[in-house]
Amino acid sequence: MHMADALISPLVGGAMVAATTGATAYSIKKVQNDMDEKKIPLMGVMGAFIFAVQMINFSIPGTGSSGHLGGGLLLAIMLGPYGGFLTMASILLIQALLFGDGGLLAYGCNVFNLGFYTCFIAYPLIYKAFVKKRVSPGTIMAGSLVSSIVGLQFGALSVVFQTFLSGKTELPIGTFIMFMQPIHLAIGIIEGVVTAAVVTFIWNSRPEILDKAASGEKLGEVPIKRTLIGLGAAVLIVGGILSWFASANPDGLEWSMLKTFGKTEIETNSDIHKIMSQVQSKTAQLPDYGFKSDDSVNTDKNENESSQASEAWPAVNTGTSFSGIIGGAVTLGVVVLAGGIISIIKRRKLNYKSRI
Amino acid sequence: MSGIINSLYNMRHMDDLARRESPIHSIHPLIKLITTIVFIVVVMSFGRYEIVRLLPFFLYPVIIIAISDVPKAPIFKRILFVEPFIIGIGILNPMFDSQTIHIGGIVLSRGWITFGSIFVKSLLTITAALLLIATTGIDRLAEALRMLRVPRIFVLQLLLTYRYISVLTDEVGRMTRAYTLRAPQQKGIHRKAWASFAGQLLIRTFDRAQRVYHAMCARGFAGEYNTGNAFSVRLRDCIYLVCWTLFFVIVRILDIPVLIGSMITGVVL
Repeated sequence: MHMADALISPLVGGAMVAATTGATAYSIKKVQNDMDEKKIPLMGVMGAFIFAVQMINFSIPGTGSSGHLGGGLLLAIMLGPYGGFLTMASILLIQALLFGDGGLLAYGCNVFNLGFYTCFIAYPLIYKAFVKKRVSPGTIMAGSLVSSIVGLQFGALSVVFQTFLSGKTELPIGTFIMFMQPIHLAIGIIEGVVTAAVVTFIWNSRPEILDKAASGEKLGEVPIKRTLIGLGAAVLIVGGILSWFASANPDGLEWSMLKTFGKTEIETNSDIHKIMSQVQSKTAQLPDYGFKSDDSVNTDKNENESSQASEAWPAVNTGTSFSGIIGGAVTLGVVVLAGGIISIIKRRKLNYKSRI
Repeated sequence: MSGIINSLYNMRHMDDLARRESPIHSIHPLIKLITTIVFIVVVMSFGRYEIVRLLPFFLYPVIIIAISDVPKAPIFKRILFVEPFIIGIGILNPMFDSQTIHIGGIVLSRGWITFGSIFVKSLLTITAALLLIATTGIDRLAEALRMLRVPRIFVLQLLLTYRYISVLTDEVGRMTRAYTLRAPQQKGIHRKAWASFAGQLLIRTFDRAQRVYHAMCARGFAGEYNTGNAFSVRLRDCIYLVCWTLFFVIVRILDIPVLIGSMITGVVL
């Protein structure tokens, strides 16, 4: 679920970084009030634990894809919502820097998707309601199951929206949602069970760790409201400023195609369409969504004709695209050459030094 | 399990890389952080149909690798580690955007072009982030964050999480060894033991981490690593930042590959 920089536009990335910064700053303020000797190492340990947990990829039965646990809910239960959110933020920073897993520009998105919904929505509103009256393995299990599922569904949905708003992929938003939500339902169930198992074990053997975290924070109505308003304002302001910058630099499809290839003629490749509808009919678990097969056959035919008709068309400006390709190749050559020259110079220097 | 432990141990490799000496390593950490962020933002600001214009940006990672002498293999390994996810999302582009265009004599669907641009961008941005940590190290990066007025408690949390990852890894190694000794001829850990294994791991690590933390406090730790060498921004750090930023801006504004290409075709033809 970690989003990479390549899938995010600076606009969306910047707005989400602003939102995350706001939530982080608020959490820091909250955490500082009830910081005790036990909590600092516990936060570090939980961070390390979730870090390791996120690296375990398991395959999701029946989908052919794999996923990993988010761990946001476990953090919230063990450390309280604010501590949990902060810990998630530092885990993701380490992952982005050391493993390149989730980018720096996408950092805000990732913290928000994995941390915000679990710590600030699922934990206080759902999990706490379940264990309010009585803490038992049963209520822990039910609470963590429901809140994991809800938290992950929110997270997955916001991955979809962030990707969609960034406009880097061509995935229709409907299809993307139909892929993401069921997969994260499966992950949510596994996550809920694992979270409940770990929490129950610790509750049985070391209840004092849990009690401290649970009693330390009281999440009233007002602060959450204020946080949400603040976050909304931050997103709007940053989004507004960035989009103002962005609009100075029109990024239209026509324009960039003209620039890059010197040609705006577009036609449809019918083969890919056919493959697509075959894939769709095979993945029939999503019957509501799909290309209407009759229509697509018809359009395929039309497109076939039109593509045959337009095949005779010569490229309008072959010269520009040709020089673009040559220029690209030369650029890469220069880059490699620069690297090579620097290495050679360095080696000469080393040899020279060793001779002395 | 051993795979995870190995890759966690490999994390320390980055620390070793960061401890080397080179002109790049000696640049002020804050400057390197800012340069990296500028680089990523500029790269990501390109439209989705532009691949060729991204190529000049490869100069940045190539020069950093060449000057800093960071070995290429571990960097490439880490890129391979994360690339499947990006390819997984991007590879759907050719399916959904099947409209084609002509480039010279080749017919390409636009989906492949957007996929190519996602791939190139991810290559650039991941490499930039990895090179930042490989030439700076987490401790000095934390110092840079402090200079940016990031609250102490967050930086502390970051550093402790990073440190405790190795404490946890040690604990995992010890527990799996103990488990396998007591359960011979059994592959992995039995499903029944997963929950107690994870819980036990947490508790053991927590106890050890607390001892570590108390020991640190007893030696005067008050929330910050006192490394003793305070960095200040020097002239060459500023030159480094200005040069790279200028380069990024020029490449962003001018279409260098097409310029070079038309120069060449103009001379030849």
